Amino acid sequence: MPEEPAVAASKEAVVRVRGLHYGFGSRKIFDGVDLEAARGRVTAVMGPSGTGKTTLLRLITGQVAPAAGSVEVFGREVTTLDTAGVYSLRRRMGMLFQNGALLTDLSVFENVAFPVRAHARLPERVLRQLVLTKLHAVGLRGAAELMPSELSGGMARRVALARAIVMDPDLLIYDEPFVGLDPVSMGVIVRLIRDLNDALGITSIVVSHDVRELASIAHHSYLLSGGKVVAHGTPAELDASPLPIVRQFMSGESDGPVPFHYPAGDYHADLLGDGKERPRS
Amino acid sequence: MIGDTLSRIGRVGIFLVRVLRHAGVVFTEPRAVVHQIYNAGARSLVIIMLCGLFVGMVLGLQGYDLLQRFGSEDALGVAAALGLLKELGPVVTALLFAGRAGTSLTSEIGLMRATDQLTAMEIMAVDPLRKVVAPRLIGGIIAMPLLVAVFNVIGLFGAQLIGVQVMGVDTGAFWSQMQGAVELDDVNEGIVKSFCFGVACSLVAVYEGYHAQPTAAGVGLATTRTVVISSVLTLLIDYILTAAFLGR
Repeated sequence: MPEEPAVAASKEAVVRVRGLHYGFGSRKIFDGVDLEAARGRVTAVMGPSGTGKTTLLRLITGQVAPAAGSVEVFGREVTTLDTAGVYSLRRRMGMLFQNGALLTDLSVFENVAFPVRAHARLPERVLRQLVLTKLHAVGLRGAAELMPSELSGGMARRVALARAIVMDPDLLIYDEPFVGLDPVSMGVIVRLIRDLNDALGITSIVVSHDVRELASIAHHSYLLSGGKVVAHGTPAELDASPLPIVRQFMSGESDGPVPFHYPAGDYHADLLGDGKERPRS
Repeated sequence: MIGDTLSRIGRVGIFLVRVLRHAGVVFTEPRAVVHQIYNAGARSLVIIMLCGLFVGMVLGLQGYDLLQRFGSEDALGVAAALGLLKELGPVVTALLFAGRAGTSLTSEIGLMRATDQLTAMEIMAVDPLRKVVAPRLIGGIIAMPLLVAVFNVIGLFGAQLIGVQVMGVDTGAFWSQMQGAVELDDVNEGIVKSFCFGVACSLVAVYEGYHAQPTAAGVGLATTRTVVISSVLTLLIDYILTAAFLGR
């Protein structure tokens, strides 16, 4: 595994990010990120909380523009596209949101049918077959008439997954798909991500910090920290990495290169001070 | 301060133009617009009718008290009709609309923003301005004049109830003087006002919701801003339009 941030060598990259810089005000989120998602593969993006994993997805999907650098999706430079261009690109993408983001005033069936109704004029019978097929793929055909408020977190995530694949996308993006799920639901989602990827030939990008789950499905993983890709490779390569930050992240140690404490002033001075002035580091 | 206000007005104007580019939803998705007319209009009917009745009854009482000092209590019908058609109907309905339908629109769109529903639409290459905002804006604009009409009818009934049934004004004088004195221009003034208030209140509501911070506090703040801005804007527009109509 290379020690320096680099990219996986692939001529068939569906997503190619080069020299990405992005920040909020004076705070730098990305400081020269390079990464690729190869066609038909599951690419994992890992990193501690607050490293900008979700922001990276927002940049890939054209929701925000980078300060500098290139974001190429399906061979098209996202940063130079107008709204119509971004929308035409998104028609080839599906995205699973952290909380599912189901439309709360529509039933499960209508949620899955939503993108189809918006982009295609299918006879109702064909639409019904399509939606039920996708719901069956995620095991929720029987929940078609339920409302989102009647679903558990895991079920909502699976409905959102059915919606994400209903247009048969070429690229499927998962934003923290395992957050808040019980072990059974998590196992179902893990299985679905890999099965859908293999069965449909979809390119998948999974953003998460659940190391074990990602290791079981990812072909290639990137570890982000401090605005850069600090390591990348297969899950086995990351597991064997001698880099302290990789070791800390992979083994879930509470202290290390990623400190346990948020930067603060002197502890004693803080405790014994009069409370009016809080020393800052 | 003035710069901020002007910049904000500019942003709202651009937002309105962006939404109106999707005005075709009236024809392409009429069910969505009708659903929003129902949400903003029909669901506000009870409060509008109740308030219309009370405003009309107060108008009957106050009008009678004032007019009988000059021996002109027969003109109560005219006073109530003109007061309701030209001022109280559109203004009070707009204030109630801001509090009932406006807050509902803002919090609904704001919560959709906070729960990533709008972002999900954008990722599905569906413009939320077309799918969510345009039907609600147009529904609100259509609903307002209809609500004003209902408010006016119930208000006149309330004024008649008090003036004729309780205070003893002659029924024939009440209705015939109203019929003789109220002109089409008076009705038109109320229609123009209600349309303008509908645009202002609905626009403020959808703008604040669409641009709400995606947090609980952000949605709460946006809802409050909707009521405050809509109310002030209603009274400001009312003054401008009244001055314009009187100066005609």
